[in-house]
Amino acid sequence: MNLRAVWAIYRMEMARAFRTVLQSIVSPVISTSLYFVVFGSAIGSRITEIDGISYGAFIVPGLIMLSLLTQSISNASFAIYFPKFVGSIYELLSAPVSYLEIVIAYVGGAATKSIILGLIILATASLFVPLHVEHPVWMLAFLVLTAVTFSLFGFIIGIWAKSFEQLQLVPLLIITPLTFLGGSFYSIDMLPGIWRTVTLFNPVLYLVSGFRWSFYGKSDVSIGISLGMTVVFLLVCIAIVAWIFRTGYRLRN
Amino acid sequence: MPSIISISGVTKTYATGFKALKEINLEIERGEIFALLGPNGAGKTTLISIVCGIVNRSSGTVTVDGHDITRDYRAARSLIGLVPQELTIDAFESVWATVNYSRGLFGKPANPAFVEKVLRDLSLWDKKDAKAITLSGGMKRRLMIAKALSHEPRVLFLDEPTAGVDVELRQDMWAMVRRLREDGVTIILTTHYIEEAEAMADRVGVINRGEIVLVEEKAELMRTLGRKRLVLELRSPIAAIPETFSRYGLERSPDGGQLTYTYDNQSERPGVASLIRDLEAAGIQFRDIDTQNSSLEEIFVNLVRKDA
Repeated sequence: MNLRAVWAIYRMEMARAFRTVLQSIVSPVISTSLYFVVFGSAIGSRITEIDGISYGAFIVPGLIMLSLLTQSISNASFAIYFPKFVGSIYELLSAPVSYLEIVIAYVGGAATKSIILGLIILATASLFVPLHVEHPVWMLAFLVLTAVTFSLFGFIIGIWAKSFEQLQLVPLLIITPLTFLGGSFYSIDMLPGIWRTVTLFNPVLYLVSGFRWSFYGKSDVSIGISLGMTVVFLLVCIAIVAWIFRTGYRLRN
Repeated sequence: MPSIISISGVTKTYATGFKALKEINLEIERGEIFALLGPNGAGKTTLISIVCGIVNRSSGTVTVDGHDITRDYRAARSLIGLVPQELTIDAFESVWATVNYSRGLFGKPANPAFVEKVLRDLSLWDKKDAKAITLSGGMKRRLMIAKALSHEPRVLFLDEPTAGVDVELRQDMWAMVRRLREDGVTIILTTHYIEEAEAMADRVGVINRGEIVLVEEKAELMRTLGRKRLVLELRSPIAAIPETFSRYGLERSPDGGQLTYTYDNQSERPGVASLIRDLEAAGIQFRDIDTQNSSLEEIFVNLVRKDA
């Protein structure tokens, strides 16, 4: 195992985040605060409680998930797309580094950044609403699992993308709508029958639901199913990454 | 001693169906400077990219110091440094960070003293904290070399190293390449600046349309394929070349004051001595003689044209 290479890539990725601290950390904190102002105050004044939880507190896990998903994807996809775009990927491909090491370093870097971000958002949220985390270990487990899974997904998008437009396509057209429709800001019990069933096909629902359970012990779907779905998505991403590296898809061709 | 790089039966066909390399066989000797010449699109960069692990080959085998580049890629790649043709650096990193990153990527422990030496040798030490984006083109090229040398490679690939580089930097680079060779580093450079190959290479390989057309010691290549020109300045101009000289294929300058005789070792034309004898016998006197060797460029153009 070339641990020095893993460390070199990881450190470089983290350095990039600190260099762009405004974009990486400050802007998500501002947008989260805005969500609280808009959703928490405006809608919260009409919906006081869901499942016995105040609306402001109810949306916190969903807000964290929203940022976690989008940031994990954009961090990882950009990290691998940018060297491909400028051509500096040659160095990575010519280095004595295994595929596994490349994935650990890039996905590790992207996941670390989004986990830190998730925790910052959590801290920001605690300034607005009283928070209570019933299962802190599970909360962290969901945080890490989701960050890693979606960083892997982002890594795949970064390798697949041939242009900046394609890089933005999946997060913009698929992930953001799925997150908004995945019960981040409401309980699916509030939806009419047919839409409830449709929502059950949305994978983000299981992430948000599981994550919310770790906070309040209440969820839209059972925690076992949430965990199972997240792990299945993780395994699918791992399989795709393994295939990409075995075939050299869009990297060594 | 076995060759440091052994390329055997390597082919590359791209997804588009384009055959970039057709059955390449090539041995690179330990410690030599090997120049790979070829026109644009001949397959130089594809071949280098395959040896360095950037592009997958379609078939064939490559070993670096006995290590197969696929089965034993870690050992093979850690011996190689690559300076690609394009200036491709992460523009927002500092010189110091990016060179140390390269060293780490190749699995070497941090060694600030060594990295400092590399940067000083390449006149980049003053710029160690500068971001790559602020460097001039020549400095960026040197930074790419510093990155390639950061992990102490035993084989260095220089893909068009002096493309777009000014004369002074070119001289510096040639000096650096010679220093590296003295330290036992094998150097493979691709170029279409023939004078670069002529000035530095021990051996020359010519690649054209995905095939190695020729591999030869540079001196031997110049000797066997090099054409020589003998220019005779006549005492008094002549109106025409006498018929008896037709076998020499002489060329007369427009003013008639100069005769040029072109010959090479493979030529069936008679030699210089008999020409001079015949000129004396015919009463054609000359006041000066000049001989010129043809350059590697002419040899190269002839080879590629013959192959076309």
